[in-house]
Amino acid sequence: MTTMTYRDAMRAAIREAMLADERVFLMGEDVGHYGGCYAVSKGLLEEFGPERIRDTPLSESAFTGAGIGAALGGLRPIVELMTCNFALLALDQIMNTAATLRHMSGGQFTVPLVIRLATGGGRQLAAQHSHSLEGWFAHIPGLRVLAPATVQDARGMLAPALADPDPVLIFENALLYNEAAEIDEGQVLDIDRAAIRRPGSDLSLITYGGSLGKTMVAAEQLDALGISVEVIDLRVLRPLDEGTILASLGKTRRALIVDEGWRSGGISAEIMARIIEGAFWQLDAPLARVCSAEVPIPYPRHLEEAALPSIAGIVAAARQVMGR
Amino acid sequence: MSGVKVRLDAPHCRELLRQMLRIRRFEEKCAELYTKEKIRGFLHLYIGEEAIATGVMQALEPQDAVVATYREHGHALARGIDPRAIMAEMFGKREGCSGGRGGSMHLFDAATRFYGGNAIVGGGLPLAVGLALAEQMQGRTGLTVCFFGEGAVAEGEFHESLNLAALWRLPVLFVCENNLYAMGTALAISEAETDIARKAESYRILAEAVDGMDVVAVEAATRRAVAALRAGEGPRFLECRTYRFRAHSMYDPQLYRAKAEVEDWMHHDPIPRFRDWAIAAGELHEADVATIEAEVADEVAAAIAFAEAGTLEAVEDLLRHVGAEARA
Repeated sequence: MTTMTYRDAMRAAIREAMLADERVFLMGEDVGHYGGCYAVSKGLLEEFGPERIRDTPLSESAFTGAGIGAALGGLRPIVELMTCNFALLALDQIMNTAATLRHMSGGQFTVPLVIRLATGGGRQLAAQHSHSLEGWFAHIPGLRVLAPATVQDARGMLAPALADPDPVLIFENALLYNEAAEIDEGQVLDIDRAAIRRPGSDLSLITYGGSLGKTMVAAEQLDALGISVEVIDLRVLRPLDEGTILASLGKTRRALIVDEGWRSGGISAEIMARIIEGAFWQLDAPLARVCSAEVPIPYPRHLEEAALPSIAGIVAAARQVMGR
Repeated sequence: MSGVKVRLDAPHCRELLRQMLRIRRFEEKCAELYTKEKIRGFLHLYIGEEAIATGVMQALEPQDAVVATYREHGHALARGIDPRAIMAEMFGKREGCSGGRGGSMHLFDAATRFYGGNAIVGGGLPLAVGLALAEQMQGRTGLTVCFFGEGAVAEGEFHESLNLAALWRLPVLFVCENNLYAMGTALAISEAETDIARKAESYRILAEAVDGMDVVAVEAATRRAVAALRAGEGPRFLECRTYRFRAHSMYDPQLYRAKAEVEDWMHHDPIPRFRDWAIAAGELHEADVATIEAEVADEVAAAIAFAEAGTLEAVEDLLRHVGAEARA
């Protein structure tokens, strides 16, 4: 067991992949000389050189598309997009090329590409750097969408993502980079299943990414109130692990979804729909959710805090579902 | 045929004429089949522009990659994809070169390294940059040829991709097929700088503008560019000045251009122009032309028969080709 931060875990995963497979390289804005805008790739340029730790111009569409082409050409690129807001500049390549090439070519061409993106608010970075858009990307057939919420997942999800023959997006909530935990560096992880982070019997709290920590604290507080909470960390937003969600609902019969994305048309709506489709007759209470307020994330701290899911908000919503 | 010079001997003249006629006759049939509703969706014909795909492909080797647009039947044929598989693709049949999933705009073929068939204007350029990056990083010798229309030069992806290719000295040949209209928008009313080669030069990419109605000029320019690319000199850019004789797609009433303009350009038709030159030069005879026409007609007829006889994919297979099937 080793103690490390989420940032160091991600760096260790990249380093391990590059040492194991010379086809792997990292490409993106400021990944090299700057060391990564969140310092994830710090030191890697010195170790691997500018060919494989490749600084790009500020041209998200071209270097994301170049990653797709390089993957087609036999390499295993990791493309880093600074934030998921900036990823919108590459949405054409992600949606129209990466996600469709296998299909349009009748299965002849595959795109083994990994895209890493920072996501989420909480740092007073205002309305163009703070959004949680992973739910949008989870709408797209042909993509796999991951949301590592723990240091262990940050360390272990990259290897199976690189082994996947299809494009995989990894959304890293930027508030997690400084989180530290003890992990098993050798643990082999899947990128298919949700994880039960805390077992319980009265209420399923379903969340992912940056909201997992808040949800775990809320679960403690609810436990003190005599409510036994099961916390599901989705880990994979596409394809959704419906089996784990429905199995939990079979036990608890109640669910609250916590999602840093917006409520309208978000991944929380999709999860609720799946529960209604698959477990309607088992429910003992209406489903509920805690999402970000439907506003571009504001700059002032008090307004940003009010916009994002909070521990108090999760506890209050959970108590309402439980009727106590 | 290798080397920088175009050897205009009789066999090569027959080859150039044959390739252009294959595209012309194939697409004339496509237009007919569209009116018979055998081919549906969008159908973008390359008629008038055949000299470009024909000339460029002459200079390529099997290890080279090709990225094309949604007006790519000519490129697919000239690159050597089986015309039967192309026609079957247009019919949406399982035997098509994309298994029927793509249609006219999305022809793909792994065997000839033909990467589409991209219907997002400008969307193929980043892909070509990446394919070339893979060649460079793996020490391989293939180059990537990327075709696009002059409409693509207005897209951000054009500028981003040229910069990346030049910055990293990648073996990409950018071929701009300038047919003067982006659908119905003339170059002059969409670009402040209409000299496209200058745009490439602003990224320090050597660019050449060539008469795209002259197959020999296109082949010669491509051979020069390819020789430089294979020598590791970084990307090159060809602007081929051409004209689309038919409508943009089958839905286009062509309100944006005068009939006289179209008729004027038809006097520059690359096929009779080259045929007549080669006959005058003694490299081709009328009998050769007749033989080629007959062979091409047979090939097109066989492609149609193959497509007609093709099978439809089972609806139960609808969700195939979205992701890897063997995944645990």
